Amino acid sequence: MRKVTVFPKSSEAKKEKIITTLLGSGVILLFLISWELLFQSKLVNPLFISSPSRVVLALITIIRDGSLLQNLTISGQEFVLGYGMAILIGFPIGIMLGWFKLIRAAFGPFIAAMQATPRIALMPLFIIWFGLGITSKIVIVLLSAIFPLIVNLQVAMSTIDNDLMHVARAYGASRWQVFRSIALPTSLPFLITGLRLAASRGLLGVIMAEVFGGAAGLGYMIQYAGSTFQTDKVFAGVLVVAFTGITLDFALDRLGRHFDRWRGEVAVH
Amino acid sequence: MESVKSADTLERPVKLAIKDIVVGYLDKQSGHTMVAVDKVTLDIREGEFVTIVGLSGCGKSTFLNAIAGLVKHQHGEIRVNDRVVTGPGMDRAVVFQKASLLPWRKVGRNITYGLELSGMKQAAAREKASYYVNLIRLNGFEDHYPHQLSGGMQQRVNLARALACDPEVLLLDEPFAALDAITRELMQNELLQLCEKVGKTVLMVTHQIDEAVLLSDRVVIFSSRPAYVLADIRIPIPRPRKSHIKDSEEFRRLMNEIWRVIEGNANIGGGI
Repeated sequence: MRKVTVFPKSSEAKKEKIITTLLGSGVILLFLISWELLFQSKLVNPLFISSPSRVVLALITIIRDGSLLQNLTISGQEFVLGYGMAILIGFPIGIMLGWFKLIRAAFGPFIAAMQATPRIALMPLFIIWFGLGITSKIVIVLLSAIFPLIVNLQVAMSTIDNDLMHVARAYGASRWQVFRSIALPTSLPFLITGLRLAASRGLLGVIMAEVFGGAAGLGYMIQYAGSTFQTDKVFAGVLVVAFTGITLDFALDRLGRHFDRWRGEVAVH
Repeated sequence: MESVKSADTLERPVKLAIKDIVVGYLDKQSGHTMVAVDKVTLDIREGEFVTIVGLSGCGKSTFLNAIAGLVKHQHGEIRVNDRVVTGPGMDRAVVFQKASLLPWRKVGRNITYGLELSGMKQAAAREKASYYVNLIRLNGFEDHYPHQLSGGMQQRVNLARALACDPEVLLLDEPFAALDAITRELMQNELLQLCEKVGKTVLMVTHQIDEAVLLSDRVVIFSSRPAYVLADIRIPIPRPRKSHIKDSEEFRRLMNEIWRVIEGNANIGGGI
């Protein structure tokens, strides 16, 4: 009987991977060295540009004095609550918009208009309504993250294979069973894409909201450091934000591949 | 297993009774209701293999969909075991032209899909399906995803999915039309052996005359649209049959007979 064989990576492919990795990290290293040299040469006012070594020192300082953890916790809280609510609300809305024609006709234009509105422009209103605390930030995250989810799930519903619907109906599936056995699995890859987009938008939302009108959090820390000319600390804060974003995206990408095994793309273990 | 199918099925009780059914559809361009199937009456007895042949687009697939309960009929009555058909149900199972397997389910869970929909637990469904998994020689493939299988294998899973439900009537909608010529011949032989073993009542739709003669006890010829029964021809070739009966004089005579009816209708109706 025929068996499916997975070939091991050839040494040729391994070599190529090493070269790509070297090239990629080489450019980053080159950038860091030039940056440091630019700082040491004092061609530009060192106060403005900082340097990699000073950024690392600043990072160590804010880790030691606990201010990083404190701000990270607050930003994290805002993000998790806003993102979680976006999923809880956005998922059913997206599905319903895709599944029911009438709901789409009724709410589609309204949602498109909402989506076109830049959320951060509403921040002054949210501060008036919810104050400078975490609530106004949660609302910004929620509004930033929810639309990519809604749009992706709505699209997912429109890509459902008609032949599969036919099969489900022929085997006597109820509407709920069709939804569970056909629509939901179809929506999974779209959900992951939506989650990734929503995470990056939500992260942006947290930082912007804190820079704009915060009293705590990473964005506030960056904003405060900037206004007091602590460029080292600004860079350290940006680095932390960037790292968080990359980690989050990587984790969601992994999750997506886990659910995508049946598609038979390059296996990831 | 002994062959449970005797050559003569005329004595058996009627399994699927179709009386005067009319199926219409709304033509979107003209806005008129068109008739696809026009007053077809057909009785299929227990264990009988009946095939409908006709030109493509003659309404034979619509007819099959009506029996499956996927399309509403405007007039007439369909009964399975004397129960009137009002919609899809577990007493009928359809094998579609395209395998249409759920790509995110492994083969094993594709086969049990119909059973799971009927509320059966996964383990019990697997147990019940295992007989057909063995019969269709799919054992060892349960943990493969559909995309890892060839077209012929996928179609076998499609067939196993239908048989696992143990339906009263098996409906085959051009089951091999999407396969290449060689695979199609192999699958025909396999279906022939399978049907002689399990003795299911089968209604198949095809436009392959040789396929129809090889597999069937009766071949029903549909006219071009709207479809009505032009002829109902018995295939008296004894069972068990082997694929080499295609070389026999009788086989060729039957194929010719069917072909002449189709050709005659095409000439009059200009239905090509």
